[in-house]
Amino acid sequence: MENIDLEKNGQNLWQPLSTEEKDADKIVRPSMTYWQDVWRRLKANKIAMGSMVFLILLILGAIIIPMFWPYSYSDQNLMNANLTPNMKFPFGTDKLGRDLFIRVVYGARISLTVGIAASIINLVVGVVYGGVSGYFGGRTDNLMMRIVDILYTIPLTLYVILLMVWLGAGMRSILIAIGTTYWISMARIVRGQILSLKEQEYVMAARTLGASDSRILFKHLIPNAMGPIIVTMTMSIPSAIFTEAFLSFIGLGVSAPKASWGVLANDALGSFMLYPHHLLFPALALSITILAFNFLGDGLRDALDPRMRK
Amino acid sequence: MGRYVLKRVGSMAITLFVIITFTFIMMHLVPGGPFTSEKKLPPEIERALAEKYKLNDPITTQYVDYLTGIAKGDLGPSFKYKGREVSDMIGEYFPVSAQLGGLAIMIILLIGIPIGVISALKQGTWLDSFVMFFAILGVTIPSFVLAALMIYVFGVKLKVLPTSRWASPKHMIMPTIALSAYSIAFIARLTRSSMLEVIQQDYIRTARAKGLSEGVVIFKHALKNALIPIVTYVGPMAAGILTGSFVIEKIFAIPGMGRMFVESISNRDYTVIMGVTIFYAAILVVMVFLVDLVYGVIDPRIKVDE
Repeated sequence: MENIDLEKNGQNLWQPLSTEEKDADKIVRPSMTYWQDVWRRLKANKIAMGSMVFLILLILGAIIIPMFWPYSYSDQNLMNANLTPNMKFPFGTDKLGRDLFIRVVYGARISLTVGIAASIINLVVGVVYGGVSGYFGGRTDNLMMRIVDILYTIPLTLYVILLMVWLGAGMRSILIAIGTTYWISMARIVRGQILSLKEQEYVMAARTLGASDSRILFKHLIPNAMGPIIVTMTMSIPSAIFTEAFLSFIGLGVSAPKASWGVLANDALGSFMLYPHHLLFPALALSITILAFNFLGDGLRDALDPRMRK
Repeated sequence: MGRYVLKRVGSMAITLFVIITFTFIMMHLVPGGPFTSEKKLPPEIERALAEKYKLNDPITTQYVDYLTGIAKGDLGPSFKYKGREVSDMIGEYFPVSAQLGGLAIMIILLIGIPIGVISALKQGTWLDSFVMFFAILGVTIPSFVLAALMIYVFGVKLKVLPTSRWASPKHMIMPTIALSAYSIAFIARLTRSSMLEVIQQDYIRTARAKGLSEGVVIFKHALKNALIPIVTYVGPMAAGILTGSFVIEKIFAIPGMGRMFVESISNRDYTVIMGVTIFYAAILVVMVFLVDLVYGVIDPRIKVDE
């Protein structure tokens, strides 16, 4: 019995497979790189995407709107002082008759520049410091982290203030002061990443092939630690903007007629009981932007590392 | 434990020394002397002033003098207000700031933690969404905006609360809320996520399984463990309250140290800037040290001896 069956089936074994059966093992969807995967996950997060669109529009607006707007941020016209919002001046005017809308837009330029540029300086300092410390390890690491521990206990805002007193108010000083102070958390995160990454096989492979230390660090290790670095940076932008607003508030901000959102809010405080809209618009711009950066940072963290999702 | 404390006290001393040195160098790098002003002083007076404040001594002598001064609790004279010592000014203004800061910290812990716990226990309900909405709002609104809004609503429109000075408990309501809003929101979020994590642990299930009441499970088993990350935040929180008080004291015209510090910055009163920075730094360094000790006590898994 069995033999006959086998003979029967044996014939079938030599029949060609149907196309459907043949492709059963084929991977149909194109394989995705890590970054494509991240982008796919990020796109699914509506709040984060909304925030990103808002921030892109804000940046574009800050660049483009001043080019064609009929007034400049420093145009004064005392005849138009303290107007409430109307058709001609959508946000009204300030006590010198300057158009508040363009001042808020211009403030976006300054606040965003401070936020982004200071974060980039933090990024460079923090990545290099943390990378070197984590990669070389041993005594170097010990010494470098001891220094970080000491800096960590120092109230940094006080040092930003001291730096500002020394350097004098202004955009450049703010960038130097914030950029050189707040890199510590970045350095710690990068060090932690590098410490675990440097034990991986590809590092050994690169070393066997004779790659130099700096090549391994900057071409192999840091690109692989990029996820947490980007998240930390996105989160540090709003805190830089906050710090700038704080410095402006205690009189160490950019100088007139330029104005960041912090300066605008500070100027508005003197008369906000009469003209609350002077305070409302810059404060709203500041809050929404910080909110957007926070949401985007949360979304990026979830997208870059799904295990960390809460 | 004893050895750990000794070690930490040692590193604290080093940190403070670094801070003092750094502050001293920074303030002596500032271009122009402390008496440079729009009105040019006659050279004799300038010389006499420099003589009086020992500005002609070599910088190293000034540094050693300053250090010995600090050891004796003397932070030097103010350059702006004649006949006033920085230490006396701190002694006069600090109590007000300490009151404000202490009240704020108390409110943050008394409101932030319960809010976070409730919202974690009611996860996914409207109450949770409602609370978290305000928590997000709290971390995005700058304190000076919140202060201004409150002054406008409660001070100007409703006329129920005084808008400035620091006298009766009524004066304290708005500044304390404005100062603590950010941290309340932050602590609430932190407590919530930490609590959510703890509640899923096996030992909570065990505690429930052996028939403990819900209150005991939540407060004795869950909350105690959930509080650990919050203790870590108390150090940075104190720093935030401190710098926040610069702004709040300015807005509400409170005669505290924050306002004095901001004034001394615009007056370029270098000895006051130096003295207050060092004083603040010392408070914070001690604070971080205490937090670390508490940390070791509430969580025996953390070995402080290492």
